[in-house]
Amino acid sequence: MKKEYTNIGKSALRIDGKEKLSGAAIYTDDIDFGPNLLYAEIVESPYAHAIIKNIDYSEALKVPEVITVVTGKDFPYQFGLYMKDRHIFPQKKVRFVGEQVAAVVARCPKVARRAAKLVKVEYEELEAVISQIDAAEDKPKTIVHEDLGNYWHVPWFFPRANTNIAHWRKIRKGEPDKAFKGAAYILDDTYNVPRYSHCPIEIHVAVGKYDLSGRLTIWASSQSPHTQRHVFAEALAPLGLKHGNIRVIAPHVGGGFGAKAGVTMEILAAAIATKVPGNPVKVLWTREREFYNTYQRLGVQARLKIGVDKTGKILALHHELLWDAGAYVEYGANVVNAVGLSAIGPYKIDNVSIDSVCIYTNLPPGGAYRGFGYSEFLFGLESHMTRIAKHLGLDPIAIRRVNAIKEGDTTAYGAKMNPNGLHKAIEAVEKEIDWYGKHTTNNPNKVIGKGFSLLWKAPAMPPNASSACFLKFNEDASINLLVSGMDIGQGYLTVMAQIAGEILGVPTSKIRSENPDTDRNPYEWQTVASHITWSSGNAVKKAAIDARNQIFDLIVRTKYLPKDELYLEDEKVKCHTNPNFELALKDFVVDGIQTKDGTYKGGPILGKGTFLPEFSTTKSNPETGQGGHPNVHYTVGAAAMIMEIDKNTGKIKILKAVEAIDCGKAINPDLVNGQIVGGLVQGLATVLYEDMRYSEKGKLLNPNFTDYKIPTAKDIPDVIVPIIVEVPQPDGPFGARGMGEHTMLPAAPMVANAVEDALGVRITSMPITAEKVIMTMIKEGKYKD
Amino acid sequence: MKKIVIKLNGETRYTHVEPNDTLLDILRDNLGATSVKSGCERGDCGACAVLLQGESVRSCLIFAVEADGQAVETIEGMSKDRKMSDLQTAFHEKNAFQCGFCAPGTIISTVELLKENPQPEKAEIQEAIAGNLCRCTGYSTIIDTVKEFSEKK
Repeated sequence: MKKEYTNIGKSALRIDGKEKLSGAAIYTDDIDFGPNLLYAEIVESPYAHAIIKNIDYSEALKVPEVITVVTGKDFPYQFGLYMKDRHIFPQKKVRFVGEQVAAVVARCPKVARRAAKLVKVEYEELEAVISQIDAAEDKPKTIVHEDLGNYWHVPWFFPRANTNIAHWRKIRKGEPDKAFKGAAYILDDTYNVPRYSHCPIEIHVAVGKYDLSGRLTIWASSQSPHTQRHVFAEALAPLGLKHGNIRVIAPHVGGGFGAKAGVTMEILAAAIATKVPGNPVKVLWTREREFYNTYQRLGVQARLKIGVDKTGKILALHHELLWDAGAYVEYGANVVNAVGLSAIGPYKIDNVSIDSVCIYTNLPPGGAYRGFGYSEFLFGLESHMTRIAKHLGLDPIAIRRVNAIKEGDTTAYGAKMNPNGLHKAIEAVEKEIDWYGKHTTNNPNKVIGKGFSLLWKAPAMPPNASSACFLKFNEDASINLLVSGMDIGQGYLTVMAQIAGEILGVPTSKIRSENPDTDRNPYEWQTVASHITWSSGNAVKKAAIDARNQIFDLIVRTKYLPKDELYLEDEKVKCHTNPNFELALKDFVVDGIQTKDGTYKGGPILGKGTFLPEFSTTKSNPETGQGGHPNVHYTVGAAAMIMEIDKNTGKIKILKAVEAIDCGKAINPDLVNGQIVGGLVQGLATVLYEDMRYSEKGKLLNPNFTDYKIPTAKDIPDVIVPIIVEVPQPDGPFGARGMGEHTMLPAAPMVANAVEDALGVRITSMPITAEKVIMTMIKEGKYKD
Repeated sequence: MKKIVIKLNGETRYTHVEPNDTLLDILRDNLGATSVKSGCERGDCGACAVLLQGESVRSCLIFAVEADGQAVETIEGMSKDRKMSDLQTAFHEKNAFQCGFCAPGTIISTVELLKENPQPEKAEIQEAIAGNLCRCTGYSTIIDTVKEFSEKK
């Protein structure tokens, strides 16, 4: 008989809830760093592209309480995650508006801000390249990185020296040219997706302290403490700093969404601290800077050509994606890579060509953003699928059923698709939204539209991205779980506690886990890629099994019971073959077990577990992308919505949205539902409200919440129904796989499809604002006054 | 520098402020009320909401000297007998938060709403918390929590 789970699949209360709701939770900027605290204020470039001729900070140094001013001359060091294309401060030229060229360090933030205005920087303005289409030319007028050919990068990137092309991911599978010739219908069109900003409510902040013994500690609002330590160690190696000398402490995080992955402004706290030994130095961004000097979601222009037969079966796909990756692509190039591998969407397609091209521009650096490129390409792909269905007279769901990928089908790069519940998700959404029902409105000014979209996404990670866990028991059989993933709001720590509790027969509420300190907690790559439940969960499960083994071994040694018959339940060890035996964990997990001669056996129970996906490899043919196993698995899902549009104003109101995701196993269903609802609203925001506007000179015009509108409580669908599908992931903890980012993915194409359903106009660029709806109707002669 | 007095969560506190210090600055830096968060410093996000004389305000938009002699309430003052208030507990039980950064401000707005309107409609709840930006939850759980909480009371 299969044992019922005690902790898994239960909506356990979040273990960080009381802290966050009582006011106890300490975020980075809440820490008291004492009377020696210094503040750094940066001097920003007003130009998108300019040579730095001279920096004169003599006037700033004269201001009382200014300690020092630092510039690129102080730190001629490169850094970057997947490609070292950045310096801590730019060396010869600036590459985007707002880039830091110097920092003033003072005892008081107001003094630092005032003194920063006294720094005189002499520039020679260069022509900036703002459009990635201009930048992508073979012999571009403007080259953003003259040294591109010399930068270190991961082996799966293919930069082209003397151009702005930082990486070009190619996929070639089957014979697309031949297959297109046999197609009954080909749809070929171009889609545009602008840049977006993450907008965590907590602004980036980092504090660095280089103490008098030579140890460097950084407190940061971070998704990536260990990766940050690694990047700091690499960048500051010339100063004699190594991993062992650097410690990153990550308190609570007020939202991440990819913005706090990798390293952006945190490098300033680490570097500047080395110039003021003994004094902690705080670098606190403003909301404006949060918009233009962290990462942004990359913009893309995607040309998509799909050929189908009469039944709607896809015969061939060509996807050409030109990415506006910004001034530095040390993280963003991997977004481009991830999309190159996966831009077929969740479909079985035998003939494929994909070109995903990472292009430097003089806009702020592009980087990780929830969805990691998939939202962007799915806008075109899922718009295309509905358009093709319409042309063939098929139902939009029917055409997806014909093509939806199944377990064992080959992906674009030749590996096999993992077990998945895509068809189940389609069915669940179809039913919940009442897809074939009649949806009407009584208001003559309004029309109803319905939209559908599939989604898929894989974690984008290096093949050796690993997780680890230490687990220690306390005297009362409570547990401290030491892991280094980050609870950025998704509920990661609670889920890890549920996994450990399940194995050890301990309630989730008795397990304590906190965000990490790299000196004390074991390694974790980063909290990105929606891999953390899967990867860290596997490490936690192994640590708990290790602890359980130690417990059982001790019982065998002291009680002479058969190990195979022992089990843990209700915080006790029990034995199947000896129902009279039970021993409370609290009686021995620290103190050991006393034997007849008065001696003790055992001692504190300490479990450890590590996980690395040993089957993953990025080794493949650079011209075809075939041969490797770069993605560990895909998570899939489906979504649909019913909207009401005002024919006169174009204003959209979403009456109902449904999203089903196959997370393998929902370890905490409430938290999964929370991700679906929150992520879907964030996705809807990118299509309905948000839009980064730049001047011709590359200056962001709307870096605040007044002009860059994120949704309020009034801007959400009337009803959102999250649906959990569970087709287990064979190598996941209790069958779980990630789903946090996926929740955003179907929002934009679903809206575009519903708008066309309602009004008969197809919009191929995001966002789809009321204004754009009406302008498109006017242009196509469909607007009636 | 001017010495001011604030009744913070029932306790009389004295502190010295600069003319351009905001109430947000001194609550966090001088008086240790770190649940009050800074998210935009221009009144857009609501993370710094506190009750000033019982009414919710954005503490980033108020100079500290303006609050001289007045009562300020933050969520640090809501726990009684080492237990969170019923409203805070409801937020916990219904997962009406994720990263937790906007939660203090949202709870402040909710307290004010329920004081004036103990049985609010959904739209009234949406209106009351529309000034508290949350990027994680999509608001649904917050709205449902407040509705359910008010109906139980």
